[in-house]
Amino acid sequence: MSRITRQKGVLELLSIAIVLGIWELVAVFIVGKTFTLPSFHEVATSFYDLRKDIPGDVAISLKRFAIGLLWAAVVGIPIGAAMGWFKSMERMFDPIIQVIRPIPPIAWIPFALVWFHLTDYGAGFVVFIGALFPILINTYAGFKSVPRRLVETAQVLGRTKSYGLIRFVAFPYAAPSIFTGIRISMGVGWMCIIAAEMIGFKSGLGFRLWQRFWFLHQMDNLMAYMILIGVVALVMDYVFRYLTERRLLRWYKEV
Amino acid sequence: MGALQNINLDIEEGEFICLIGPSGCGKTTLLRIIAGLELPSAGTITFGHKSIAGPDPNRTMVFQEFNLFPWRNVAQNVEFGLETKSIPKGERHRIAQEYIDLVGLTGFERAYPYELSGGMKQRVGLARALVTSPKVLLMDEPFGSLDAQIRNLMQDELLKIWHRVRTTIIFVTHSADEAVYVADRVAILTTRPGEIKDIVAVDIGRPRSRFDPHFVGLRCNILEGLDMPC
Repeated sequence: MSRITRQKGVLELLSIAIVLGIWELVAVFIVGKTFTLPSFHEVATSFYDLRKDIPGDVAISLKRFAIGLLWAAVVGIPIGAAMGWFKSMERMFDPIIQVIRPIPPIAWIPFALVWFHLTDYGAGFVVFIGALFPILINTYAGFKSVPRRLVETAQVLGRTKSYGLIRFVAFPYAAPSIFTGIRISMGVGWMCIIAAEMIGFKSGLGFRLWQRFWFLHQMDNLMAYMILIGVVALVMDYVFRYLTERRLLRWYKEV
Repeated sequence: MGALQNINLDIEEGEFICLIGPSGCGKTTLLRIIAGLELPSAGTITFGHKSIAGPDPNRTMVFQEFNLFPWRNVAQNVEFGLETKSIPKGERHRIAQEYIDLVGLTGFERAYPYELSGGMKQRVGLARALVTSPKVLLMDEPFGSLDAQIRNLMQDELLKIWHRVRTTIIFVTHSADEAVYVADRVAILTTRPGEIKDIVAVDIGRPRSRFDPHFVGLRCNILEGLDMPC
């Protein structure tokens, strides 16, 4: 037995199997009502029933998510970098950020609808608001923590201008921080897109999920969407970590 | 209230000079001023005929804490100083390789700093500082964080390299033994105010033996100059 449990993946799969088993037993024998708690086999069947809808729903949510995340990086990284490097920029941007940051991104949904209507950019805007601050703040922290001694080393070796120091010293030094920011942003942004679609936008994973509940009362389908939303986020996180850590953690171990 | 006062020191081209003194005497400050990282509050410091206004790859520096760029491997660290000059990529690799070979790191080109020992890190630091063919090499207690055996080994290595490249070296240390072993002249700095108390010429041919009575005598002179027991 111990030989088997030591094998990679055995205990992990076992724990998932146990949870699924308990779920199935509780749903079928104790609750016995799909609306209150759909059973595992009902949810599994739902995936099969929904197989035609799922790819399109995932694609549209991912597209909006990507729009928001991309803009958050395009805006957040330069502002964060400027704030971390130039004291004056820090003083200029910090008050604005302090005021806007505490507003939950979801509170922007009405304005997203008013400004961008029911477009992918409208939904993307909510993601943008949610993703902006983690990227910006982590970039800022990364740039702020660049050791003076490394900057001086670069200066002595001939990199004397701000642009060169930012590009060849501060940016690579801050890169792990920036990537951490993007990773956090991906989590927040994914929440934002689901919420935006639930409330305002008439397509995508969040909309489907809400539709199953509010109009159709198909809780088994709803739970299938819940699981799907989680799995997509998990896969994105894995892919992102795989792509960045292979390049980055070669040196990051030391710091 | 300055850290340094009455510093009057002429350094010849190709000379190996040591600055020695207790901590807080301003020897590192003096080196940073020469590097152009700090500006003197009074007085002038000239290099050739021009006064020093800022950092310049003609005066590169080797640091006690190595200051390697952790995201760059050995070859990329060494190449750093060449990237600001308009040298083609292939030529950059060739020059970097030459200095990597010179400091004895052949085969470690692709290693990252976290994979290297302290002595190897400082070899990278040395190659990186030499790659721009500086007129003056500034060394701020470069072997201070290495243990004794490695330290002695690195002193020999440095002398060997210096014979090859023949650049002027200004070397800060707090070890009288190290100073007498490597330098042509040793400038003794005192604390509060930091000023040059004495300059000792080390008139012993190289390679030097630490057991040579004249070596021992000079080391004693320097220690006495620092008010330390010999």
